[in-house]
Amino acid sequence: MSATFLGMPATPPRSPYGTGNLRGDRKFPAAAHDELRNEQLRGNLGRATRTIRAKRLTVTGELPDWEELRDAGSAIKTDTMNRLPELLEELERNVTARGGTVHWARDGVEANEIVARLIKETGSEEVIKVKSMATQEIGLNEHLESLGITAHETDLAELIVQLAHDKPSHILVPAIHRNRDEIRQIFLKEIPGVDPSLDNVPAHLAAAARVYLREKFMTTEVAVSGANFGIAETGTLSVVESEGNGRMCLTLPDTLITVMGIEKVLPRYQDLEVFLQLLPRSSTGERMNPYTSMWTGVTPGDGPQTFHLVLLDNGRTAALADRIGREALNCIRCSACLNVCPVYERTGGHAYGSTYPGPIGAVLTPQLAGMDAARDDPNSSLPYASSLCGACFDACPVKIDIPSLLVELRHQHTERSGTTAEKLAMKAAAGVMSRPKVYTAAQKASGLGRVLAGRDGKFSHLPPPFSGWSESRDTPAPPEQTFRAWLASAEGAATMRAAADEHTRGGQPTRDQQQEEDK
Amino acid sequence: MRIGLFATCLGDTLFPEAVKSTAVLLARLGHDVVFPPGQTCCGQMHVNTGYQREPVPLVRNFAEQFGDASIDAVVMPSGSCAGSVRHQHEIIAERYGDAALRAGVATVKAKTYELSELLVDVLDVSDVGAYFPHRVTYHPTCHSLRMLRVGDKPLRLLRAVDSIDLAELPEADACCGFGGTFAVKNAETSTAMLQDKMRNVTATGAAVCTAGDSSCLMHIGGGLSRITSGTRTLHLAQILSSTRTSPHVLTEAAR
Ligand code: SF4
Repeated sequence: MSATFLGMPATPPRSPYGTGNLRGDRKFPAAAHDELRNEQLRGNLGRATRTIRAKRLTVTGELPDWEELRDAGSAIKTDTMNRLPELLEELERNVTARGGTVHWARDGVEANEIVARLIKETGSEEVIKVKSMATQEIGLNEHLESLGITAHETDLAELIVQLAHDKPSHILVPAIHRNRDEIRQIFLKEIPGVDPSLDNVPAHLAAAARVYLREKFMTTEVAVSGANFGIAETGTLSVVESEGNGRMCLTLPDTLITVMGIEKVLPRYQDLEVFLQLLPRSSTGERMNPYTSMWTGVTPGDGPQTFHLVLLDNGRTAALADRIGREALNCIRCSACLNVCPVYERTGGHAYGSTYPGPIGAVLTPQLAGMDAARDDPNSSLPYASSLCGACFDACPVKIDIPSLLVELRHQHTERSGTTAEKLAMKAAAGVMSRPKVYTAAQKASGLGRVLAGRDGKFSHLPPPFSGWSESRDTPAPPEQTFRAWLASAEGAATMRAAADEHTRGGQPTRDQQQEEDK
Repeated sequence: MRIGLFATCLGDTLFPEAVKSTAVLLARLGHDVVFPPGQTCCGQMHVNTGYQREPVPLVRNFAEQFGDASIDAVVMPSGSCAGSVRHQHEIIAERYGDAALRAGVATVKAKTYELSELLVDVLDVSDVGAYFPHRVTYHPTCHSLRMLRVGDKPLRLLRAVDSIDLAELPEADACCGFGGTFAVKNAETSTAMLQDKMRNVTATGAAVCTAGDSSCLMHIGGGLSRITSGTRTLHLAQILSSTRTSPHVLTEAAR
């Protein structure tokens, strides 16, 4: 017998275990436990997300075609994912044709090596950075630091986080968990030569940061950026921001290195029309963001004379290969889902342990970095960090069905984790519930629970795994009679007969009839 | 109309009053309420916890119990169970079912409604002749609101109730933090959400907080009971079935 060997399809690369910032060291419930106790954090977050939520509703409500825009955004992204390879090659051709150099990085380790090599080649030991999720995801700053290269964040919030030796806790507002007083303390402690009488007025804080950053902009020759969009048709890259510090990085240095996740490509220049409306309105609740920078290759005598584009996979192909999960790659990182998420609002971003927190983080992180069942991976707890309330789905500008994706990832997790106590319990429950006779018997047995309840007919303490539930909630004891027992009883039959008779006699008077009668 | 009543496992076992009220209400409106005796559970808890193989027999049983062509509509006093039947049974049937199951699921899906949807959309009533002289606040549960999109149907029904004093719930559409096994697996986060919901509920000064889902009410009610608040929870069906002639809910509420 002969067999034709068709070749094994290569498994798509995932982010290697233990690299970058796509995994916390604790599971979500444990990390959330600490964050929930931080009253300051909960207060800051609640205030901030409430404000952004209200702003977003106002500016999305004023567009008559908002729903159509969302549909368009979703359709363009879905089309992009369906032909990602060809679009990426088109992007590469066009970037190269206009004087840029394209590098492909399978994972964060490769991307870090490429960026470090490119910086070394310039001879610089310092870089300025535009806020970038991709470099945060791969831990570029830490990698550069280990090689003696200092990376200065220039986005104000990102700078605050960096100076505080903290981690960002929000996609868009990394320092959302800090208030003005805390920021003042951080500046006083960390910015060399800062005026010791600095107060907490936002304008003064911004001015202090500006003096510090201006010096970096004027003296640093290499910049590292991310990209919000990469246009395949023209080879144009784009960064969208609020402060203009990004534009400084993109125009002043000699060398610009952009690290972009491969899902950020868009087919045509014209597609920006849709996304430049969707993104700012969904993220900051503004009609337009203050600065939109676009660059195409290099322009002699203007701006950086050397441009490198590093295209990062790091688990994206793995997500793309998953029929259901690929929808998550449509995300444009606007953070609207974070701002409406009741779980994020209470726990903050750090509890998710990843660069990507909140609802989309709970979907994206396990997809990019996996949920290693064998290692009892903290990432496996993320799909459960949601009450499935659906607010994220309603807010998402590209209509990603996050709740369904979470349910799907939970399923993938239980499928891979072998036999667990929970699985056995679920099987047993389904076994009982699929046999009506056994089910009725089980209901009777549960009624016996009443003897265990307190005298007020409530349980105030339950054994594990329900002890967490009973910490703050009473549980009623099962009533004496189930519904089906009542319906089958003489009392039930009589009640139902009486109700039907009432209809025959003309039914209950409605409000209007009642008022007539009362007159 | 011949209406198949699905009690839901939680309703049948723990909250029979909500199901009784649903049955009585529909009978009073002149409908034939049928209770297929082999019914058990829709499997929502399984699916939401990540199990899709295990509930296959439950999905099959549901389709068999309610598939009968003599049943014009299927109703349940639970937005989340209706959501499960309408949105999740299909996923299970496509993944692990056979052609028969897929067909059965499609049949029941098309005629399944949550109580307020059945009343307003199918039976075309918003004044069911109810009487409930108390201050009430309504919590729109997430699955009713965002999975079924029931909109203001429950509120239209409540506004038509005689003598009711309806108080608007602040931040009404915020999740109460139940989320099925979420409240067990992430009990502390769930509690933080519950606390805000309870603060908003008690701020209304309502005697009763109502909703279309016994599960969310179990959560909110369990919390309110723990802080010995003056507010109690009642299922929407219990308010709608309370009348001047049989104000059974009223006496219970006044207790
Ligand atoms: S999932 Fe949607 S709402 Fe969330 S960040 Fe991405 S695009 Fe924005």
